[in-house]
Amino acid sequence: MSEQRDMLVLDHVSKVYPNGVHALETVSVTVKPGEILAIVGGSGCGKSTLLRAVSGLDVASSGDVTLGGVTIHAPHEKIGIVFQEPRLLPWLTVADNVGFGLEDLSSAERETRVRAALARVGLADKASVWPRELSGGQAQRVALARALVPRPEVLLLDEPFSALDAFTRADLQDHLLDLWADSRPTLLLVTHDVDEAVVLADRVLVMRPRPGRIFEAIDCDLPRPRDRQSAAFDFAKRRVLAALDRSLDRKSQDHAETKADPGAAMWW
Amino acid sequence: MSFALMTGVTSDSETTARPQVARTRRFGRWSRPLLGLLVPLVLAVGWELAVRAGFSNGRLMPPPSVILQTLYDLAQSGELWRHSVATVLRVAVGFGIGVVAGTLLGALAGYSALTRRLLDPTLQALRAIPSIAWVPLFILWLGIFEASKVTLIAVGVFFPVYLGVMGAIMSVDRKIVEVGRAFRLSGFALVRRILLPAVLPSYIVALRSGLGLGWMFVVAAEFLGASEGLGYLLIDGQQLGKPAQIVAAIITFAILGKIADGLIVATATPFLRWEDRFGARGEPA
Repeated sequence: MSEQRDMLVLDHVSKVYPNGVHALETVSVTVKPGEILAIVGGSGCGKSTLLRAVSGLDVASSGDVTLGGVTIHAPHEKIGIVFQEPRLLPWLTVADNVGFGLEDLSSAERETRVRAALARVGLADKASVWPRELSGGQAQRVALARALVPRPEVLLLDEPFSALDAFTRADLQDHLLDLWADSRPTLLLVTHDVDEAVVLADRVLVMRPRPGRIFEAIDCDLPRPRDRQSAAFDFAKRRVLAALDRSLDRKSQDHAETKADPGAAMWW
Repeated sequence: MSFALMTGVTSDSETTARPQVARTRRFGRWSRPLLGLLVPLVLAVGWELAVRAGFSNGRLMPPPSVILQTLYDLAQSGELWRHSVATVLRVAVGFGIGVVAGTLLGALAGYSALTRRLLDPTLQALRAIPSIAWVPLFILWLGIFEASKVTLIAVGVFFPVYLGVMGAIMSVDRKIVEVGRAFRLSGFALVRRILLPAVLPSYIVALRSGLGLGWMFVVAAEFLGASEGLGYLLIDGQQLGKPAQIVAAIITFAILGKIADGLIVATATPFLRWEDRFGARGEPA
């Protein structure tokens, strides 16, 4: 019953923009509570559109997004979002940014939770500084804390680490998993980084463009913590890369043999 | 100021940087105003000496001592106070009306595209008219007393405030507004928690330029028939051939203008410490 409650369901979701672009066509996905789902795909495949539809910032042209049976047509308190840029409010201190979504709480409780959240992302000493004084990685951590502090059931991440350098990115990926383990929210992660998808996700959705739709879903059940250097990791990565190549109708290279071509299967 | 200096300082180098920050602050607080006074002081003392030495009789441009004496006499007789109050009241009322109207219409035009399409062309056309050109009409409509003067000032203040507010709201980062929406803010809450703080820096600039125009137009208004006010002192000094009185009135204008501007800046500064801007390093306020 409780599992049923926070199941995130996308049911035949389509999005046509006013300029006639079919960004999404009849996408249906069911995301289990606590699942980490990565969405990858070439540019224009509608992966960000999908995320925005779930966030309620945009509304699907047809089809439904539901969380625990409740239709999402506007931003919802159980759904948090982290954008590609930190998007901190420059006129609020780091602590006030983290507490931005906690207006309804008493200031004492807000302060306690903000302090805990900042400590959790390792920035307890930055509570009273302005966002402009943070590095890119620190700012994105604050954005993570801001999205997580209202304790969402679903956290959406729109290429959250793509603007960071490789070292900081790997660092934050591990950190995200660490934070996720606290309350195990459902994570929906849009990324163009296959490494990132494989290191984080339980399931990788490969999307194809024009119109945006799901091309393939790849389960990724490597044990955690995942070793980025291991052969199993490399194998999983190649499967995703091969699916990506096929989704773009590109000739697969060395990873072609890792999975049979659906067209070839029909030939038999 | 100290804040801006701290900006680049990362936590690990903080201890080494702190003494330098303190020194810079002390240096800045005292030497900057003094540096600014240097040029006018040298000019004033030079002119005083030139007149004393007989290089000029100082009739058209009285030396500082005469001007100070005039200011002192005007202050002693209560004239200076009376004229200043009259002028300040006109500016205050005109500025108040102009700011309220400019803020409301600017916010509406910035927030709603429909209002902007409806109002903005008309207001832009009106803006193209030099405001002084309205004076005859205002006098016909409102008489020669306070109403027409205050209206002229309000018109002068209105346009920079209107333009500033509209432009500021239109240029608020869509991505920041989206953060507000993601936290389920809309309507008044979105305005209060996102739009207002985001436009505050430009709004202060708009208020300051509006106030500057207010001081400009009060002089114009007082030239056109007033029995009191600093503008009247100027005209009176011209007609009676008293250049010292003219310069005294000009100096009073300068002081009042600076104080009024300083009040806006001082009120706003606590709310703008977050700003990340180039000019923050060298600013006295």
